[in-house]
Amino acid sequence: MTNYLLTLVLALVLALWSLHTSAQDPRRSSFDAMSPATQALQRDDSQNPAMLWVKEGEALWSRAPVSGTKSCADCHGGLSRMRGVATRYPAYDTSSSRVLNLGARINLCRTNHQGQPAWRTEDSARLSVEAAIALQSRGLPITPPAHPALKAAQQRGATLFASRIGQVDLSCADCHTTLAGKRLGGAKLPQAHPTGYPIYRLEWQSLGSLNRRLRSCLSAVRADASSFSDEEFVAIEAYLMQRANGMPLETPGVRP
Amino acid sequence: MARTLITVPSSARRGEIIEVRVLIQHPMETGYRRSSEGSILPRNLLRRYTARFVAADAGGAGELVFAADLHAAIAANPYLSFNYRATTTGKFVFAWEGDEGFSHREETVLRVV
Amino acid sequence: MKRRAFLLVSTLTIAAMHACRVSAAPSRAPLSPTLEKLVQQFAAGRPVTEGRVKFDIAPLVDNGNSVPIEVSVESPMTPADHVVAIAVFNEKNPQNDVAVFTLSPAMGRARVATRMRLAISQQLVAVAKMHDGQCFTHTVDVLVTLASCLED
Ligand code: HEC
Ligand code: HEC
Repeated sequence: MTNYLLTLVLALVLALWSLHTSAQDPRRSSFDAMSPATQALQRDDSQNPAMLWVKEGEALWSRAPVSGTKSCADCHGGLSRMRGVATRYPAYDTSSSRVLNLGARINLCRTNHQGQPAWRTEDSARLSVEAAIALQSRGLPITPPAHPALKAAQQRGATLFASRIGQVDLSCADCHTTLAGKRLGGAKLPQAHPTGYPIYRLEWQSLGSLNRRLRSCLSAVRADASSFSDEEFVAIEAYLMQRANGMPLETPGVRP
Repeated sequence: MARTLITVPSSARRGEIIEVRVLIQHPMETGYRRSSEGSILPRNLLRRYTARFVAADAGGAGELVFAADLHAAIAANPYLSFNYRATTTGKFVFAWEGDEGFSHREETVLRVV
Repeated sequence: MKRRAFLLVSTLTIAAMHACRVSAAPSRAPLSPTLEKLVQQFAAGRPVTEGRVKFDIAPLVDNGNSVPIEVSVESPMTPADHVVAIAVFNEKNPQNDVAVFTLSPAMGRARVATRMRLAISQQLVAVAKMHDGQCFTHTVDVLVTLASCLED
């Protein structure tokens, strides 16, 4: 009986605490600030153009790239087996001793296990497979794993996030932390939580990666995409995911 | 091959008005945009969409339910939504045609109970 | 546009990375000459009346690249009395035609929805043609505060 009571009290305390923290959590997905029309696009799979890529990804998942090779499904089983995977990336990969984002992790299987050339970052096939995999985690909280190498990347990313860049001399943090929620010209500055990638961006009229979104931000501050090395881009992604730790994944997101 | 997303109920009551939604992957390139390198992207438009319904007991090409002639002002990855009054079991035949020989067809069965 | 010019323009508008805001208000105003001509051509000499058509366009949209529109017409959609076509025209995009829809009584409802592009503020009109050739219209004035769409 006392045990039962104790559990009850504990559960209550936990529930209250989580309520309290969620009420306190000032973090917001950019989804919240979108117009109702754009929100409707993301909410309804039958209207979300990103689902076209997801469908492509589902087909690629179970098709061998060339005869004699294995399909993703041959080794991994159904796509639903990828549930939770996208919440953990970027992650440290022991085989290559590098921190990889999900797209790069997919490429590793493509080169090592299928003997195919790696897909480019914005290759429609790569985005499609990535979207189909990430969709399996829709609604699950972002949960970066604990690993010293990933931690180092997150810290490197945090430093870059706070550094001023470009001719405009603004840091990511200037726009996305200090000024977040304010209007800069016509656009409302988001907190920049990468909750919906790959996203269908109306501006692009297609699906695009987080890397492409970051390059758009760089061009906005008149910085060159080459301001960051590939490792630095992944470090920023790792930091952004750590910053969004616990927020639910929304893939495939729609953004203006 | 173009990807499509078709949302139609698989069955309906006789007389029920259902909604048909179709989405197709297509850039709807206007011919006015430039690539990041500065060259003009050639016009590449989806021009026409048709929805026919072929009754199971009639066969043939069926009747034209709805059609759309599309122009450059239609957004990329064109989306269309319209209605259909279910009368008899049969299949929808959806077809898209466009520049550069673009042609795509899909079928979906509707059971009327 | 050359890269340099592109940079110049975008530097000026850096603030506004891509807010193309669109808002619509119903209008009783006469049609612009361009639209009037298009409507008359479509009507092919038959009378054109305002009413029976509802042209829905979201009052606030983040981006002119994809603006949801819906046109519905009061009609029983029977073989004896139905809408045969709906045309949507815009005033100032490089081309005035948006779409022409062919309808049939099999639809049961005279309604169609799609998504369009809007480059700048302008007037839009939806014209419905009935089985007897009569036409009905609904005009909307759309305000697009196109702030950029300048990045890569
Ligand atoms: C020949 C078998 C094989 C094929 C084919 C294959 N994979 Fe893998 N995949 C593996 C193995 C084994 C691992 C675990 C890797 C490791 O532990 O290093 C893995 C890991 C992964 C992971 C990481 C999972 C996690 O939990 O972090 C993803 C994502 C993935 N594969 C996606 C794909 C995709 C997408 C394809 C098709 C394009 C594919 N794989 C094809 C064998 C395969
Ligand atoms: C000049 C201000 C500015 C700077 C500096 C800036 N951004 Fe952005 N960022 C924006 C705007 C504006 C958006 C888009 C808002 C929208 O889509 O409505 C955006 C969007 C984003 C998003 C997308 C969020 C989502 O919901 O998908 C991410 C992630 C992001 N920025 C990260 C960064 C990073 C990392 C940096 C530094 C390398 C950076 N930004 C620098 C203004 C800025």
